[in-house]
Amino acid sequence: MSADKPQRRRERIDRGIKVRTGGIYALMSWREMAYLISPRVLLIAGLLLLPLVMPGMYWKRVISIVCIYALLALAFDFLAHYVGLVSLGGAFFVGVGGYLSALLNTKMGLSPLLCVPGAALTGGVVCTLLLMPCLPLRGVYFAIVTLMYPLFLARVIEALDILGGTDGILGIDSFPSPWLEQYFVIIVVLVLLFGLRRLVNTDLGLVLRAVKDNDQAVKASAMNITRYKAMAVFIASSIGCLAGACIVHIYMWAGISTFALDFSVLPIAATVIGGSGTLVGPLIGCLILVPVSELLRDFGTLRIVFYSLILLAFIVFRSEGLMIYGQRKYHQLERWKAI
Amino acid sequence: MEILVYGTINSVALALYALGFALVYGISRLPNFAHGALYVLSGFIAWSALNTLKLNYLLSIVLAMGVTALIGAVIYRLFLIRVRGMEISEIIASYAIGLAILEGLRWGGFKGMTYTLPPFIEGSVSIAGISVDYQRLAVIVIGAALVAALWLFTHHTRIGLALRGMAQDERAALMLGIDSDIMAVVAMGLGSMLAACAAILLLPLGNIVVESGYNVLILAIAVCIVGGLGSWVGAVLAAFLIGFAQILTVVYLGAHFQMVVALLAIILTLILKPSGLFGRQKELEERV
Amino acid sequence: MKAEPILQVREVTKTFGGIIALNRLSFDVFEGEILGIIGPNGSGKTTVVNCITGFIKPSDGRVLFRGNDITARPPHKIADLGVTRTFQIMRPYYSLPAYKNLVIPLFSPRARRTGGWRGGGRMGDRNTVGIDILEEIGFERDSYVPYKTTSTLPTGYLKRLELARCLALKPELIICDEVFSGLSMSEIASMVPLIERLQMDGITLIMIEHRLRELFQVANRVMVLNFGEKLVEGGAEEVMADSRVREAYFGSEKVEEVMVHA
Repeated sequence: MSADKPQRRRERIDRGIKVRTGGIYALMSWREMAYLISPRVLLIAGLLLLPLVMPGMYWKRVISIVCIYALLALAFDFLAHYVGLVSLGGAFFVGVGGYLSALLNTKMGLSPLLCVPGAALTGGVVCTLLLMPCLPLRGVYFAIVTLMYPLFLARVIEALDILGGTDGILGIDSFPSPWLEQYFVIIVVLVLLFGLRRLVNTDLGLVLRAVKDNDQAVKASAMNITRYKAMAVFIASSIGCLAGACIVHIYMWAGISTFALDFSVLPIAATVIGGSGTLVGPLIGCLILVPVSELLRDFGTLRIVFYSLILLAFIVFRSEGLMIYGQRKYHQLERWKAI
Repeated sequence: MEILVYGTINSVALALYALGFALVYGISRLPNFAHGALYVLSGFIAWSALNTLKLNYLLSIVLAMGVTALIGAVIYRLFLIRVRGMEISEIIASYAIGLAILEGLRWGGFKGMTYTLPPFIEGSVSIAGISVDYQRLAVIVIGAALVAALWLFTHHTRIGLALRGMAQDERAALMLGIDSDIMAVVAMGLGSMLAACAAILLLPLGNIVVESGYNVLILAIAVCIVGGLGSWVGAVLAAFLIGFAQILTVVYLGAHFQMVVALLAIILTLILKPSGLFGRQKELEERV
Repeated sequence: MKAEPILQVREVTKTFGGIIALNRLSFDVFEGEILGIIGPNGSGKTTVVNCITGFIKPSDGRVLFRGNDITARPPHKIADLGVTRTFQIMRPYYSLPAYKNLVIPLFSPRARRTGGWRGGGRMGDRNTVGIDILEEIGFERDSYVPYKTTSTLPTGYLKRLELARCLALKPELIICDEVFSGLSMSEIASMVPLIERLQMDGITLIMIEHRLRELFQVANRVMVLNFGEKLVEGGAEEVMADSRVREAYFGSEKVEEVMVHA
């Protein structure tokens, strides 16, 4: 009956401080408050201070690009993990938002600070309408349609030679001041990140998660799932269009490459690496991937091969992502326990 | 008259693109987003065999088909089998593979020159006053023969019947002793081989370009959706519908709009009859 | 209790490919009664539910609820009218705690209109209303049970949760698809009073069941289906005495042999 060695198993339990602050929710000391607040403060302070630390214009711009991709990754994570819709074509939102903002700016002369939100909301409406036909159906169809739209729109623009054709729309204003340009995106990212985290815990967020898990039950509960999916798609596509509008003003140019594959693939890779479902994981993923991709810029489209392979490795070997690993270490302790 | 001839050729081409995709989806419920990549890859392999290894044409073709089938099966066995059943992960994983292959070819394979495969038979014949080259006729004939051979295979050989069984009801097939994992690998290999066949037949008509990988994928998906996922007859019919629609737009509107037709077809189908022409309703939603 | 029919099913037919699942089925359900639907496997019982509640569109025939034609309407519209159902293959939201499962139906337009079960017309905090409903349905209030993650709950509780989800919509008609299946004797013993109480609160119930003894304790009328057709309709004893019903369940030849050689 007895074995030679004592048998052990690994046990994972929440830390005491987590149970107090999270489970019971009683904050009684500075230490416990700090436990809850410090990761968030770290994130916010880190992001806000980053531009001051970065040497030179080039790296400051990289931070803006990181934030743009972070917006896209946020939208992807929200749709994929909380609503169950996989958007394979982030470039679709970027292109629509970008072109709309460019038009608002050049044709109607509005300042970028008006164009960007305007393009975001209008773009959200446009994208949601275009994606409506596949919302009542299974997730596969959404993936297929989002995959195709950027490829098609790029070709239509090229073929009809509208909206600047292959040359694109030039002469777009940039933000009034470089600091504004830098911090506008960062603040937008932070606001949307925390906003979405609040949203998924409200009742509406619960309904969206229920639609993902079990849409027959939601239908039987007298709710029109198409309407809720449309709401979620509107939110996500507005975020994507916002990103597109920003990037068009940063580069002062909108062209067919605004529909580039980069915008579709990198957010997915960043989400998977950073930890899907946490909404902050995609941001971390972008902080890692975008500088790496800048360094690989010389290799041309090999970048995309690189993202794809990493994406594949994470998806297939079901790695949990950095953030989830980090959260586990932070909240739980592991130990060996004798059986 | 020209429209009829070119329309038929285009339709057969579309049907060929869709064949591999429909097979893999029908049997293992995997939407293989790497289909277009396998198409281009097989063309590349054939070209390399022909020009770099200096093998003769027939051998190159056989090599391309075999290697592509093998690559497809290996991809499935190593990667996709691990995400079997999780639809979202399947889509992302196969998309990532396809992307890696296509962009990898763009970076490392095709640089500068145009790559072509020579046609099987040179020369052309005149049908009702229009000159049609033999290669295009060969496409129609061989394409039809391929579909017929596939039908015979799935209806009269043991492996084919096992595959059909899996397509209809996987649990029942498992209970009858059909190993669904192995069958899924076989299905993927078969689907890749069909992609290679399509490539071999159709690439001689033009150049081997990486863009065609994306186009082929989109057209294959369009045909399957319009025809109804899981229906052979529907896929063929849809191929003809879209094929003729494309040729008509080329004639009357301009060559750029070909792909737009495919997208419109998909959107219209999803709005009007989401299960496609001949699809079964249960494909769309889970059973209650 | 016998008023006009609240639900009328007229000549409903449903074919799947070559199989006729329902064959010109017609029946009425009266307000405030409990109608039991029984029949051997494959007789089309779940198909009837799906056709009535809009999850499947009938090939032919009509379904009327309070005089309105609800045939082939989308499921959420039908539920919005007050026709709710449970699922034979249970579909709770496994990753959520039990009481959060109810937040979703309480979010629906119908719940907001009617205030939900015992909401009295105004929807308060959905979490508290959820806990109240769970208490009604038999979850012990002051224990940790309503807060447990649904995937850890045993079948008895899950079945009650399915019913709770219907109740959150303040329904007029609940169609229970095999609610007693998979439960132990004691669990059923505590479900029966619950069903009776629902009837006393004015809800009409259609119960599709295999467990006949328990069903006959609560049902007012029973209908037997076989091969998608209505065989017999009436009170429990007269239905079970009918020889056609016994043939349907046991088959015709064997009964004679067993009787002869016993």
